[in-house]
Amino acid sequence: MIRFDQVTKRLSRKTVLDEISFEVDEGDTFVIVGLSGAGKSVTLKHMIRLMAPDSGSISIDGESIESMGRSELQRVRSKFGVLFQSAALLQWMSVQDNVALPLREHTRQSEEEILAQVNERLELLGLGDAGDKYPAEISGGMRKRAGLARAIIMNPKIVLYDEPTSGLDPVTSRRIDDLIVDMRKQLGITSVVVTHDLHSALTIGSRIMMLHKGRIVENATPEEFIRSKDETVQSFLASQYITKKGKWESFSHE
Amino acid sequence: MFMLFEAIWFTRYAFGKRSRHETVTQLFVTGIKSIGVITVVALFTGMILALQTGLELQRYGQEVYIGSAVSVSMIREMGPFMTALIIAASVGSAIAAQLGTMTVSEEISALEVMSINPNRFLVMPRLVGLVLMMPILTIYTNILGIMGGAVVGSTQLGVSVTSYMDNATQFATNKDLYVGLFKALVFGVIITTVACHQGFMTTEGAVGVGKATRQSVVISFLIILVVGYMITRMFYI
Repeated sequence: MIRFDQVTKRLSRKTVLDEISFEVDEGDTFVIVGLSGAGKSVTLKHMIRLMAPDSGSISIDGESIESMGRSELQRVRSKFGVLFQSAALLQWMSVQDNVALPLREHTRQSEEEILAQVNERLELLGLGDAGDKYPAEISGGMRKRAGLARAIIMNPKIVLYDEPTSGLDPVTSRRIDDLIVDMRKQLGITSVVVTHDLHSALTIGSRIMMLHKGRIVENATPEEFIRSKDETVQSFLASQYITKKGKWESFSHE
Repeated sequence: MFMLFEAIWFTRYAFGKRSRHETVTQLFVTGIKSIGVITVVALFTGMILALQTGLELQRYGQEVYIGSAVSVSMIREMGPFMTALIIAASVGSAIAAQLGTMTVSEEISALEVMSINPNRFLVMPRLVGLVLMMPILTIYTNILGIMGGAVVGSTQLGVSVTSYMDNATQFATNKDLYVGLFKALVFGVIITTVACHQGFMTTEGAVGVGKATRQSVVISFLIILVVGYMITRMFYI
């Protein structure tokens, strides 16, 4: 579904991605973890060509996206919904208008039909009462959920999550994790999640890839990941109190 | 330049269903919200012009000509120029700050991912707002400037309002008015282009937004000065 082949990206003379290759299959919840500056968000931005690689190729459903024109790119981007790190809601619009925006821009549905869909998604994400509020009037967790509602309003095949739980308290973080799992179960969405939070990664991921200094140091199932022999992976696991013999020893993914 | 051409191309949708609200908002922001400061600046520009030229003319007993001096200066140069400076400093800087904040908080990226063209969604309504309001505000500035001159003429130089207005209308031509309004329109395009470009190019968070806002005002001022001179030269030499 999503394929990176020998992708390299340099920013300000620093190699951010160094010949990385991986594949995300349909229905996967593919989690990218790593330290700050490892190239996680840059990888995500390449999937929707907000950034272009210096070398290598990226394909979505078998179509290479590096040299696509604007209309082709729009068609490919329509397969994606993106939850940005800051939620990226337009500040001068209410939550309801933010979520309705893609429908108003890209469909010819009546206002009643649009509002019915928007309210359904807001209810699904527990934001039924927040539709008429502005982004500045709601909490960080609610903003993330509103961003997610907007990301899925056009029924995308793939949703990209850029640090969906960053800056949130543990309870809200787990709630967002549950939502990501629900998205896959209820809507059959393929997800790519960038996170620092290994507890979240192990809970929601069907595959976990770790980036370190622009290179892939591990790409495995959660069970394989916690047993990885790679030192960087083990150090990353230990930093979040996750050990091979710890509570994740009996971890089994659904 | 591509951003500007694309925004111009999309102006045909300015009052369509999807863009009407934002376009009207921008017309309001540019026109109505700037009226207070423009009123004060225009009045005092006319008063200063009348006082400076009037005092010199008075030495030769020609103070009756301050009407023409003020009206021609305002309509040809000072009206569009002062309006452009105020709008660049108020509306242009606000555009750069807003788009800059949207850029660093990934809102522009979100629009692109949703296949919503930022040049249509953000630049075009601002372009329409500025290009339509600049000539209107310039006419307003001209009228107030000339009125300010009349106040100084009648209270400090002994020129009656009637003779001031007779003189003011006698020397100003239609060409002066059209050239002044043409300048205002061009200045509107310059302010929008510079402000939107600076906003979209913002990096480095809050510091970057401040830098984009300052750059937007400084660059707009410089281009307005140079282009203003070139237009004057093109029509009067």
